[in-house]
Amino acid sequence: MTPPNESIPNASNIARAELDNGITLLVYENAAVQSVNLMGSLQAGSIYESPVQNGLASLAAGALKTGTVSRDFDAIHGALEDVGADLGFRGHVHKVGLSGKSLAEDLGLLLQIAADTLRQPVFPAEHVDRLRGERLTWLQYSNYDSRYRAAKAMREALYPDTHPYHYGTYGSDDTIADLRVDDLKNFHAAHFGPRGMILVIVGAVDAGEAMGLAADAFGDWRNPEQPAVEQAAEPAANSEARRPQVFLPGKTQSDICMGVVGPPRKAEDYLAAQLANSVLGEFGMMGRIGKSVREEKGLAYYAYSRVGGGHGPDPWTISAGVNPDNVELAIGSIVEEIERLTSETVTDEDLADNQSYFTGRMPLRLESNEGIASNIHSMESFDLGMDYLAHYEDMIYRITKDDLLRAARHYLRPERMVVAVAGPVGSDS
Amino acid sequence: MPSLTCHTLSNGLTVLLREVHSAPVISWWLAYRVGSRNEPTGLTGISHWVEHMMFKGTERFPAGALDREIDRAGGQWNAFTSMDATKYFETLPADKIDIAMQAEADRMSNAIFDADETESERTVIISERQGAENQPTFWLAEEVRGAAFRVHGYHHEIIGDETDLRTMTRDDLYRHYRRHYCPANAAAIAVGAFDTEEMLAKIERLYGSIEADAAPALFTRAEPEQQGERRVVVERPGKTAFLELCHRAPAADHDDWMKLQIMNAILSGSGGASDNKTSRLYQALVKTEVAASVGAWLTPTVDPYLYSIMVTLRDDRRPEEAEPLLLAEIERLQTEGVSDAELNKARKQTRAAFAYSTESVTEQAYWLAQSFILGDVHWFDNYAERLMQVTADDVREVANRYLVPRSRVLGMLHPTDPDQETPPA
Repeated sequence: MTPPNESIPNASNIARAELDNGITLLVYENAAVQSVNLMGSLQAGSIYESPVQNGLASLAAGALKTGTVSRDFDAIHGALEDVGADLGFRGHVHKVGLSGKSLAEDLGLLLQIAADTLRQPVFPAEHVDRLRGERLTWLQYSNYDSRYRAAKAMREALYPDTHPYHYGTYGSDDTIADLRVDDLKNFHAAHFGPRGMILVIVGAVDAGEAMGLAADAFGDWRNPEQPAVEQAAEPAANSEARRPQVFLPGKTQSDICMGVVGPPRKAEDYLAAQLANSVLGEFGMMGRIGKSVREEKGLAYYAYSRVGGGHGPDPWTISAGVNPDNVELAIGSIVEEIERLTSETVTDEDLADNQSYFTGRMPLRLESNEGIASNIHSMESFDLGMDYLAHYEDMIYRITKDDLLRAARHYLRPERMVVAVAGPVGSDS
Repeated sequence: MPSLTCHTLSNGLTVLLREVHSAPVISWWLAYRVGSRNEPTGLTGISHWVEHMMFKGTERFPAGALDREIDRAGGQWNAFTSMDATKYFETLPADKIDIAMQAEADRMSNAIFDADETESERTVIISERQGAENQPTFWLAEEVRGAAFRVHGYHHEIIGDETDLRTMTRDDLYRHYRRHYCPANAAAIAVGAFDTEEMLAKIERLYGSIEADAAPALFTRAEPEQQGERRVVVERPGKTAFLELCHRAPAADHDDWMKLQIMNAILSGSGGASDNKTSRLYQALVKTEVAASVGAWLTPTVDPYLYSIMVTLRDDRRPEEAEPLLLAEIERLQTEGVSDAELNKARKQTRAAFAYSTESVTEQAYWLAQSFILGDVHWFDNYAERLMQVTADDVREVANRYLVPRSRVLGMLHPTDPDQETPPA
């Protein structure tokens, strides 16, 4: 193991504290900027909602800023906007994410409003209804967005309706129309709490002072109702490949979204799968897929692959936008590259290129407050340890060509792959 | 803000350098004074297509070689074509920046424009346009710009018209490249962890020997003054309606531009971090549940462009319902002006937005490149200070000067019933 590099965030320069209510605070001083960034998460994602109330966790998160016991809607937004600060909550499958930023001088205000909105929301009916209306408009628009519909069709075919990943976090027209203020209040009372909460602060602050401000804001929060952490099970494998098609009138391009169940972030072969994915659809101009589909055949402006890698079995996806006449040609080219990746080891050059890419991009990922906060949050959230970045290079260079082949073969199975297409050709609108 | 070093090489290349040692990273940019505003009919989209061809290789760096080199070095690189400029950048660990500097020097004059690669890229670019066409708002924006500019090159989309994308030739592209890609029409910008003297010497070595052509005369056509309100209606399958309200705005170097920027912050928010729920337009349109969202943009441009307000209607509302609410807010601004509290909020938002937008060396270098394109390399450095000088009277005055019916373009997107459309057999 190489010793920690002092210039990157590590156990010796990240201040870390666990409050007795279960909140983990992490602070990193970055004197090179004038601002401060907040990033955090709570155990209150859509995995805790029932399918008939799909969208509840996300709507509750989105409505936190609409009013509290001590501040109404205008007071919350006025206080933030008066100083050019930003604070937002977003519902994900496992967690609700918190993000915020302000000038460093306004960190105290930002933390106070974050705490107030998280701890004491009242969900005013008028504002909840307005937010619901905005989301219904967004869903209506998205239902005619080919990229959104291809990804949705892929997700729904890959995960059964008994699995939380089958559903979008925003819910559907039907489910969010039926949500009531009491549903939001009950969900908040049951699931929003300090246990398991992570809060990262990065910026032009003194670590001790920032810790003190955060402890003042959140230290006395208690919620004995919080349930045990939910995990998403590995879904049963599809017995056959599936090809959902979505007809969308008035479109000139078809979007393709192909997916298989991929590795969770904590899987042993996660980094090997990431490297394999980089060879397939990321490195250079979108990897081998980009070279074949875009550079050689000129079929698409975008064609790439991604490994989700969150708290559960997120999908490993390949996406492309092509002319409707070229859909089958593009899918065939992508399948060829998947077969190549799963049947033969990558070259020494491929492995070296991608290892160098993964380790070399570290300085850029740590250039901004937000980039630093995101990395520290991941290290805490996935139990990677605060010296993870310091040892990252060693981990990447220990991975072999056989590791990539094993990971690719384990996940990228054509017989389990869903290939969804949305565009001006198809049968289902 | 660390000091800026400005230098001009003997061949006319402008050099802008700013040392920032907060991270071991350098961002390297080449900005060319050519964009979609400089394209005549028949060649719309050519600047953007040339930008794509710049990634197709030179003798020294064949297609794909730099993708690999830069990714191996852990860098990022990309390019943007705008209405006024074409910009290329690489951000890399500081000890790897030489590859970027060499690559940009090389492709300033040695890009190949292989005929087969040109044909392959034609379909990629058409695919890029078709991808954009899948968004109904693309059609609205295209029609609104076309209505706002009858003569000036701002009238067409940067991607170009599909008919031109199908007929342009390799020689058209190569001519455009050779004509506009020369030192006297460009700036090289570096921001990051370097020593200025060493960097200047390196730039002189790599770029000083590039042939000195005179800066090209750029194709431009002045837009005549608008003689009255213009309206366009677009119909696309879907469920969501939109309204876009535009007024002619001055170029970024005009004193009124900063005043309009403060006016915009008061109407819709600073465009920085805040989601602007206390802004006048949010209160008038979203809080009243007519709109799902509203945003407004003032783009810094070389020639007079547009101040644009975009409204996304809620699913049961029509653009015609939003129009009077918008016009009432404009009239209120013109007759009542703004309060000191609103002005102070806009100033603080501006200071915060400026801080956020200068966090990374890539963002700082982008703004230096954009400042060069706008004709004043200190434009962004002076941005916050100039905004602070805007008064309440200034805001009211520009609202009355620019937000007038005579220079107005109003576009509506009416969704048509998708259920009436049938899939092809």
